[in-house]
Amino acid sequence: MLEQLEGSRAVARTVALCRPEVIPAYPISPQTHIVEALSAMVKSGELAPCEFVNVESEFGAMSVAIGASATGARSYTATSSQGLLYMAEALYNASGLGLPIVMTVANRAIGAPINIWNDHSDSMSQRDSGWIQLYVESNQEAVDTHILAFRLAEELSLPVMVCMDGFILTHAYERIDLPSAEQVDGFLPAYEPRQVLDPAEPVTIGALVGPEAFTEVKYLAHVKQMQALDLIPELSRELSGVLGREQDGLLRRYRCEDAETIVVALGSVLGTIEDAVDELRERGVSIGAVGLKAFRPFPLEDVRAALGHAARVIVIEKALALGIGGIVSQNVRIAIAGSAAHVYTVIAGLGGRPITAASVCRLYEDAAAERLQPLTFLDLNSELVERELERTRARRRSGPHAENMLRDVGVVAAGPV
Amino acid sequence: MATRPIKFYQVGSHAAGNRLLDPELRSVAADPNRSNAITKGHRACQGCGEALGARYALDAAMRATGGQLIAANATGCLEVFSTPYPESSWQMPWLHSLFGNAPAVATGIAAALKAKGRSDVRVVGQGGDGGTVDIGLACLSGMFERNDDVLYICYDNEAYMNTGVQRSGSTPPAARTMTTQAVGEEPGNVFGQGKSMPRIAMAHEIPYVATATVADLRDLEAKVERAMEMRGARYLHVLVTCPLGWSCEASATIEVARLAKETGLFPVFEAIDGEVSSVSKIRRRRPVEEYLELQGRYKHLFKPTRREDVLAHIQAIADRNIERYGLL
Repeated sequence: MLEQLEGSRAVARTVALCRPEVIPAYPISPQTHIVEALSAMVKSGELAPCEFVNVESEFGAMSVAIGASATGARSYTATSSQGLLYMAEALYNASGLGLPIVMTVANRAIGAPINIWNDHSDSMSQRDSGWIQLYVESNQEAVDTHILAFRLAEELSLPVMVCMDGFILTHAYERIDLPSAEQVDGFLPAYEPRQVLDPAEPVTIGALVGPEAFTEVKYLAHVKQMQALDLIPELSRELSGVLGREQDGLLRRYRCEDAETIVVALGSVLGTIEDAVDELRERGVSIGAVGLKAFRPFPLEDVRAALGHAARVIVIEKALALGIGGIVSQNVRIAIAGSAAHVYTVIAGLGGRPITAASVCRLYEDAAAERLQPLTFLDLNSELVERELERTRARRRSGPHAENMLRDVGVVAAGPV
Repeated sequence: MATRPIKFYQVGSHAAGNRLLDPELRSVAADPNRSNAITKGHRACQGCGEALGARYALDAAMRATGGQLIAANATGCLEVFSTPYPESSWQMPWLHSLFGNAPAVATGIAAALKAKGRSDVRVVGQGGDGGTVDIGLACLSGMFERNDDVLYICYDNEAYMNTGVQRSGSTPPAARTMTTQAVGEEPGNVFGQGKSMPRIAMAHEIPYVATATVADLRDLEAKVERAMEMRGARYLHVLVTCPLGWSCEASATIEVARLAKETGLFPVFEAIDGEVSSVSKIRRRRPVEEYLELQGRYKHLFKPTRREDVLAHIQAIADRNIERYGLL
């Protein structure tokens, strides 16, 4: 049924349709509206049977989910940013134990400096945690992907993160087609755990494994995750039929079949990029876009097939690997190793900075004119950075960068400089 | 009803043989059909108090629940020595997740059971002192505050033994560990403010808090049984001798644990809803040095010179416990 809904509420109602049995929750912006809505549904009895547990930290949230999932309950939670980092140890544990927990990550920057706005630093930092990572472009895709995520997680007995841009999606009201309970029930059967804590059949879960078998256990986890490369497209096709909406599968191609230049990105910025592609196409530019939905496992073959013919690949990424540059572009380079394409890493949208269609068009123009640096920071205020660098050269105790630069741009009341 | 007086047959101890007790009073361990929740094949050290405490506590919990029990275990000695791949000593459903999250994992298990309507299956969380009073404290406090239906058992051997005897928040003053060595003017651990986990638990006003030692296993079993008669968050703090970390004889595990209680250094009591409801009285009060001198971790208090000042300080702690809990 079509409704005008906030992204968080749409996700919460979809999660409820997936009938989770345990939801541990800890507040952090911009994820909080999701668990608030779920807590109301549990409290009112609309979502039952379900235990909503207000925990004392994100580490506690993931730990409660681990215990619940190992006891055979479908378990869900949501987090963002610092919260995801605070549960990092438990993330690796959930995947290592093979527990099919589904979690929404409302993507947000990581401090310091503290910043509540969107980028992908949080989930990218956990890309090797053993969780499957799916990035969504729109709130409709967020809705559909959560249903897919529960089924995928339980088929593989692996945890899945659905990554949606904080505020840009979570707090955006738009038209959503929420599926019916019948549609979800038809696609998502009751959870049948592969391993369960049951007094009738006692098992030990989480035993100590030494060098004699540790590699094998880890190898199996890798093999299981790689199975998702087949399963995601397969389940996406099935879900497309159930919902009557085309699902993207591992990645999404936009006007890229014949394109000389292809822009690669993840998440909500794809809409802007597609607008820029349309605009440039109208000017006769051969350009297209590829949106990565699955980032873990990384669809090497599909990326190669989509980008292999391009002369130029511009990867726009909302995270920064300090000391090297791009994260997504590293993976893209592996996928198209041997191709003649120039790959550009563009760090953009950090801490909520808008990425505009005009900026994307300018990126293309710079690349076409061979002015674009292999590692570029989109719309970087170089003057601001230079002033601060000058201060650090001039004085030993030059003070904290963030405060100095805020003073320069006049965001806070200027003190003595 | 015919009664037969109990005879103490072990010279120099207060232990009563099971054979002399009425069947209903006998230890769970005396039951040939006991559940053996943790069974043979584990790699605990000789004289390990934690292995002994865990076996008695879990067998009692298994009996109290008719075997309908699931355990969440923190990282630590108990986890490591009981599950070396590909073997497991656990005869019950058992989950190890992380060092600091056993109380939250137990909460998750309890929540899942509640959602599934399995009120017959009960949950135990357990860990050592490091996993409980230090790294696991936030999760434990959360579990208490929500009054989740979990019995959490801390096996307290007063240091991080699994990593090679480092100081924890539960390490007593003056004790030597590898990070509070017996060197300098004030050898051993500092005299801090202490961290009484049972009192922290009581401050949450949870239904049941109790302490026990491996010197009185029947008392430990009785407290587990009492805990399993209740619902909500329950906490059991068991002092378990560690011959390796305490540098005492493996044969002295029981004697040392008993002296911890008889000196007043480790008060044994129960608390209902945050109020002390009963205490195990000291039977023959002993000076603290009788407890300390059995353990190499306190050797520097006696040699090369006797540290009267430190001994007096530790005695004062015992005296305060005796007064506070009315242990005499």
